[in-house]
Amino acid sequence: MKDFNYHSAKDSKEASKLASSSSAFLAGGMTTIPSMKLGLATYKDLIDIKNIKKLSGIKVSGKSVTIGAATKHVEVSNSKDVKKAIPSLSSLAEGIGDPQVRNRGTIGGSIANNDPSADYPSACIALNATIHTNERKIEAAKFFKGMFETALKKGELIEAIEFQIPEKSSYQKHPNPASRYAIVGVYVAKHKGDVNVAVTGAKSCVYNDKEMSKALSGNFSSSSIDGMDLDSSEMNSDMHASAEFRASLVVTQAKKAVDAC
Amino acid sequence: MASLVGSRVERKEDKRFLTGKGRYTADINLANQTYAIFVRSPHARASIKKLNIDKALKSSGVVSILTGKEIADDKIGGLIAGWAIRSEDGTEMKCPGNPPLAKDNVNFVGDPVAVVIAESLAEAKEAAEKVEVDYKVLKAVTSTADAMNGDTIHEGIDKNLCFDWLLGDRQKVKEAFDKADKVISIDIINNRLIPNAMEPRACVADYNAASEEITLYTTSQNPHLSRLIMSAFGNVAPEHKLRVVAPDVGGGFGSKINVYNEDIVCSWAAKKINRAIKWVAERSESFLTDIHGRDHVTHAELAVTKDGKFLGFKNETIANLGAYARVFGTVTPTYLFGPCATGVYEIPAAYTNVKAVYTNTAPVDAYRGAGRPEATYTIERLVEKASMELGIDKTELRIKNFPTAFPFKQTLVHTVDSGDYVAGMEKAKQMADYKGFEARRKESEAKGKLRGIGVTSYFEACGIAPSAAVMSLGCGVGLWESAEVRFNPTGQVTVYTGSHSHGQSHQTTFAQIAADELGVPIENIDIVHGDTDKGTFGMGTYGSRSLAVGGIAIVNACKKIVEKGKRVTAKMLEANPEDVEFKDGEFIVSKSNKKKTIGEVAFACYLPGVRDEMKSPLPEGDEPGLKETSFYDPSNFSFPAGTHIAEVEIDPETGHVKLEKYTACDDFGRIINPMVVEGQVHGGLAQGIGQALYENAEYDETGQLMTGSYMDYTMPRADNFPEFNIGYTCTHATTNPLGVKGCGEAGAIAAPPTVMNAVIDALGGQEVTMPATAEKVWKACKNLKKSNAKAA
Ligand SMILES: Cc1cc2nc3c(=O)[nH]c(=O)nc-3n(C[C@H](O)[C@H](O)[C@H](O)COP(=O)(O)OP(=O)(O)OC[C@H]3O[C@@H](n4cnc5c(N)ncnc54)[C@H](O)[C@@H]3O)c2cc1C
Repeated sequence: MKDFNYHSAKDSKEASKLASSSSAFLAGGMTTIPSMKLGLATYKDLIDIKNIKKLSGIKVSGKSVTIGAATKHVEVSNSKDVKKAIPSLSSLAEGIGDPQVRNRGTIGGSIANNDPSADYPSACIALNATIHTNERKIEAAKFFKGMFETALKKGELIEAIEFQIPEKSSYQKHPNPASRYAIVGVYVAKHKGDVNVAVTGAKSCVYNDKEMSKALSGNFSSSSIDGMDLDSSEMNSDMHASAEFRASLVVTQAKKAVDAC
Repeated sequence: MASLVGSRVERKEDKRFLTGKGRYTADINLANQTYAIFVRSPHARASIKKLNIDKALKSSGVVSILTGKEIADDKIGGLIAGWAIRSEDGTEMKCPGNPPLAKDNVNFVGDPVAVVIAESLAEAKEAAEKVEVDYKVLKAVTSTADAMNGDTIHEGIDKNLCFDWLLGDRQKVKEAFDKADKVISIDIINNRLIPNAMEPRACVADYNAASEEITLYTTSQNPHLSRLIMSAFGNVAPEHKLRVVAPDVGGGFGSKINVYNEDIVCSWAAKKINRAIKWVAERSESFLTDIHGRDHVTHAELAVTKDGKFLGFKNETIANLGAYARVFGTVTPTYLFGPCATGVYEIPAAYTNVKAVYTNTAPVDAYRGAGRPEATYTIERLVEKASMELGIDKTELRIKNFPTAFPFKQTLVHTVDSGDYVAGMEKAKQMADYKGFEARRKESEAKGKLRGIGVTSYFEACGIAPSAAVMSLGCGVGLWESAEVRFNPTGQVTVYTGSHSHGQSHQTTFAQIAADELGVPIENIDIVHGDTDKGTFGMGTYGSRSLAVGGIAIVNACKKIVEKGKRVTAKMLEANPEDVEFKDGEFIVSKSNKKKTIGEVAFACYLPGVRDEMKSPLPEGDEPGLKETSFYDPSNFSFPAGTHIAEVEIDPETGHVKLEKYTACDDFGRIINPMVVEGQVHGGLAQGIGQALYENAEYDETGQLMTGSYMDYTMPRADNFPEFNIGYTCTHATTNPLGVKGCGEAGAIAAPPTVMNAVIDALGGQEVTMPATAEKVWKACKNLKKSNAKAA
């Protein structure tokens, strides 16, 4: 690991002021530190945001659950409020990586990183989340741009993620047996008006499967998507799963999610 | 005094391990030490055109940079294969040189070409990046099956073939096959594994210029053997000027048998720079450069009569050695594999032919089970297939071919002294509720799931020894073991053993044995191992040999102590030595009932005199002191055996295999500590099940390791396993005084075929290769659906 400067920011303002083109925010460090250690990333400055009080914590209102960006996975999975309002969100958090990762990794870091097989991005899409940054509010649908790419500008800091409470929802992940990231994860949420089927792991970026969402909005039953033959041409293919297998898993996991709702 | 052997004595080593007081190699820091980083080949096969260290030498903190040239100039020897294997045509095996630092050619990703030694680790890393190596990249050979058709990796080794070995009689086998009603054949792959000891390899080398002695602290399963190899072949230092210490070692599984490049380079370099050098592998280095295991491609056939009697067995295997042949590299796919490939069965005619090939991958060597898992997988997959094709119940078919009389002369090499395979099978069936399986299968079907049951009956040859036997088969050393039992004047005992403990709990189990033999409380017994300056010599720990060989050496040394004690007691109590009996720590003269405790005897041996009297307790011919040594060379291997039964449930939509039940019923002979044995069985099962369902080392065609981290290499975790159902039958080994057989590898040997037989049973007999990943199983489920639809 190359030498770097460590800063601890006391508020969002200081954090974004310190940011430059060769800096990164340090939240849980679960992505940043290993990539620096392996020489995949080098930064001149790391700006620790864990000490910014405002970034941590969970608030539940009638319609939404708002989670501070620096809130750890374990806090989300253990939160009684989240369990009550959106149980699928707390079980998603419980299924991330392993206890060590959950004890440090944060929701803000996860979505800022936008790993194509991360879990939280699917929750953001399925639960019509709003990403609150120090500069603006971004709809989830416009936030995730591509592989490891988001709408965040350099130095823009996520402060909180606001999830819309659905009528019913479930997240079903087929984990990579080694890393336990999602080979395919499908988050189904039934809102008043319509149904979202957010898919992670299958393609280069999380997406809302329009075909399944539409079918389920018409009839919220797994039979309405059973046997659906998805186009696998844009799906990821690696040593853990071919595109064809992923396409099949998307439907299977979606059905499971609907049945679990 | 109650016997300690057989009871769940709590582990003496746990206090230090559970309180973070273990002392591993990486915990050792010497004054003024430097840090080493190895510059490794990023290519699987290349020649080195130029190596330039000028820039790196100028980097801050650099103490020295050494390359293949210096090590060759200093005539430091390379790494070696410990067993010489002859081909069927009588020619000797062909082994390439394996210099500790490559000078001209690199042969796998991770092959070291230079070492950078600096004042700090960060500086060493920084400088290592500045070493410029100009490689001419050559086409790599990576596939086991095709290795013989690839470019020649090592000059003069045609077809990349190390040897083409035969065990058995082809003609007799042909005759048996001619008589058969049916021939069952199978093509299998024994997947390549990476041992993944929890503690990565490490070494700290020190040089004392005054005594001209090198001390090497290293993560080794066999420090004495390492010293011998480094001295005799590596030319690092004469044995008396080389001390090898293997302190606490965090798991080996075979991967720490070998002397590695880093051990030799750091020892040699420490002397060269006259300073201590520390090297600790990063996990990614472990993935690349620790020896790997298994990697066989096999075609096997079984000739049977229609009522299920086995007549003949053929086994044609290609075994991947990786880039170089290492210590147990050549014996693992031959004598540790071939003899066990006929399994627990009476098969009148059999042969095993192994072609061992070089590829541009990490060296393959002994990994938990070494050869016997591959053998057991071959025969047990074949027998399971035979049961399907013959329509005979899998347990009945096995029982039908079990030997019933012992000693059992196994087809190819071994004479198995003891066992009761039928009893093991019956008990395993009961434990697993074999009868209830059909009902459970129906329940699974009702949920839309597929359920399968798999059985394996195995035996294995472990307690690897008789020197005469192993040396006749090509082993470069004898495989006896030594022990020294030393009484202190005040009655405590120190036992020096040549076996090494890196998870086997010797500190406890060996102390239990000595406590029983000597009648000394276990708290007063210390087990010392892992240091060539302490204890005479030893061949080390592997092949489940520590107890059956090392443990017996302790028993024998204790018996010599007792013999001397009887003589001394007789002298002290003015009796005949023949009239002295020893029991529970007391020497009793049977006629007079007078007695001396073993502590009193020890004291007398060290203080052999009395004030005001010219009197010695020592009989004529006995020297003062109480210390005895034994070098034990057994008369045979030992042969644990058992039956394992697994049940899986498969979700056909996702291909997910859930291991529902796992039953292991083993015969390990006498059990010294059931708790420790359970630990060994659990660990072995985890690794065996890991091979069947999760683990796989994969190289791409250019020789890059695709599974070089835990993001891609699936290490099984606790939640992958059900509660293991473990039981025993017991027949005592007749070849050693404790009746013990060895339990360290059984789980890893039996589990892969047990689990795969269950998976394949659930899939209606469709073959899938290990590991049975979700996608492979999903595809098989789709095929099954199609073929069921056709049939309907
Ligand atoms: C072994 C392992 C297993 C894992 N398994 C899973 C899994 O199963 N599922 C899963 O989803 N994830 C998994 N992860 C990733 C984990 O969830 C991480 O926590 C997450 O990816 C990054 O969060 P972090 O807080 O550690 O971020 P950091 O590593 O600190 O930062 C990551 C990136 O996000 C940026 N960042 C952090 N916070 C903010 C913010 N508030 N605003 C703007 N930018 C920010 C940083 O600048 C940096 O570029 C795993 C990680 C590991 C190491």
